[in-house]
Amino acid sequence: MPYEYLKSNIILNCKVSEDIFEMKVEFKSNTEPGQFFMLRKNDSPTFLSRPLSVYYADKETVSFLYQVKGKGTQLFSLMNPGEKIDIMGPLGNSFNTAFCGKKTAVISGGIGIAPMVYLAQELLKKDNSVDFYCGFKGMPYCTDILDKKIKVFVSSQDGVAGHHGLITEIFNPSAYENVMTCGPVPMMKIVANMCKEKNIPCQVSMEQHMACGMGACLVCTCETEHGMKRVCKDGPVFDGKELIMND
Amino acid sequence: MTEIDICGINFKNPVIAASGTFGFGREFSQAYDLSKLGGICTKGLTFNPRQGNKGIRCCETASGMINSVGLQNPGIQSFLDNDLAFMSSLNTVIIANLSGSSIQEYVQGAELLNSSNVDMIELNISCPNVKEGGMNFGIKTQSAVQVLGQVRKAVSKPLLVKLSPNAEDIVDMAVACEKNGADGISLVNTFKAMAIDIYKRKPIFKNITAGLSGPCIKPIALRMVYEVSKAVNIPVIGMGGISCWQDAVEFIMAGACAVQIGTMNFIKPDICLDIINGIEMFMEKNNFNSISEMKSII
Repeated sequence: MPYEYLKSNIILNCKVSEDIFEMKVEFKSNTEPGQFFMLRKNDSPTFLSRPLSVYYADKETVSFLYQVKGKGTQLFSLMNPGEKIDIMGPLGNSFNTAFCGKKTAVISGGIGIAPMVYLAQELLKKDNSVDFYCGFKGMPYCTDILDKKIKVFVSSQDGVAGHHGLITEIFNPSAYENVMTCGPVPMMKIVANMCKEKNIPCQVSMEQHMACGMGACLVCTCETEHGMKRVCKDGPVFDGKELIMND
Repeated sequence: MTEIDICGINFKNPVIAASGTFGFGREFSQAYDLSKLGGICTKGLTFNPRQGNKGIRCCETASGMINSVGLQNPGIQSFLDNDLAFMSSLNTVIIANLSGSSIQEYVQGAELLNSSNVDMIELNISCPNVKEGGMNFGIKTQSAVQVLGQVRKAVSKPLLVKLSPNAEDIVDMAVACEKNGADGISLVNTFKAMAIDIYKRKPIFKNITAGLSGPCIKPIALRMVYEVSKAVNIPVIGMGGISCWQDAVEFIMAGACAVQIGTMNFIKPDICLDIINGIEMFMEKNNFNSISEMKSII
């Protein structure tokens, strides 16, 4: 589906947790789970647009969950509803959800939870049985908004909530027919390898610094068994078996 | 009014999408009608396919970015088989950007491109991201002349040489290219630059250095275009950090007959349209009837 480039109204931009924000923007689209948008504040002192994955979308709006990490996301966090933001999307491929009734595990780490919430809800709509694993460094966020039919497993590295440790320690791929993951590369690498061993399909959503976001500039590539692929255009979702992930 | 002839090729306006920032046009064709462009330079092409560099390829800087793509491209034969027909359908001038790791590879690529229906060839001796070639040919005038001499023999189409701002003496380099068969000069490619991850205590890029582009390089690029334009009698295409129509007019007044727009395509996908419209409005308001009237006015 073609992308659009617009100046859109921010409807909502609020703090969800310590350094986590949710931004909702007016944008008509048929965005699929796993896709992302490029966003930029007009006259921003930062130069490049920032890729943000979709946390929720309906016919009229798209929402993003983002972590304030650098200057770009800090600027986003200071924007107010009613302000315009430059937005381009939807971009990239999406998770393949063209199966139904299968037992599916969705595994996220940190802010990698953003696209997985939307994914899990959509999987549920397609009659999948969904277990949601989400790992955090500290205090969890956004774990309570999922449909009650989705079983949620939480871990925290500091032991503040759920399993004390890594999310991969409580995940057993043998219990599932499909696995989808988004988060830090070391976590996704473990998940992809566990699935590979058991021959279970695993879709991995990659993150990379981007410039154009549409496949032209080739700065966001990742290594695969079929050569360098563009995270923005060939991905962000890849088959776990073909990715060569370096920590 | 904005039409311009460069080396016998007619451009409907002086705004060209720069190599490496526009792919083969496909992605941007979703954003706007590319027939409105003066021309498009292809992604840098080599005879043999290249996977490009590993590791981080991009780092944002103040008013710009540093890239280390390393000439990832599918190879010239694949371009001819899979991309050129699409580009030719866009109804704009197609300039093939030719690079290589050795003189032999440059010549093999030049031969293939010369027998295709691209309109012009831009000889890239200025990529800073390829260890064994590219910019190495663009630093010392003698090396540039060697590769140009061989490529010129293989190319009957109009041949531009794209210069590196990292050349030892860019004016000397341009004059030597003119003497050795270049039909035109385009400048500047990216500036050799670097960035450090202070927490990892390591350079950001595996190659340590990479290419800086964006508005931060514009004043230096403009100075180089000015100096080169004064020294040669062949057409000069100016580029380097152009972010708005005013910048484009500056480059034309400094001596460029056309401009290339690069990094800003990433920030605003239809920036070239803004620049084309802006140049036209400026010319109307200021009673310029042609680009040539405005060119080299200072």
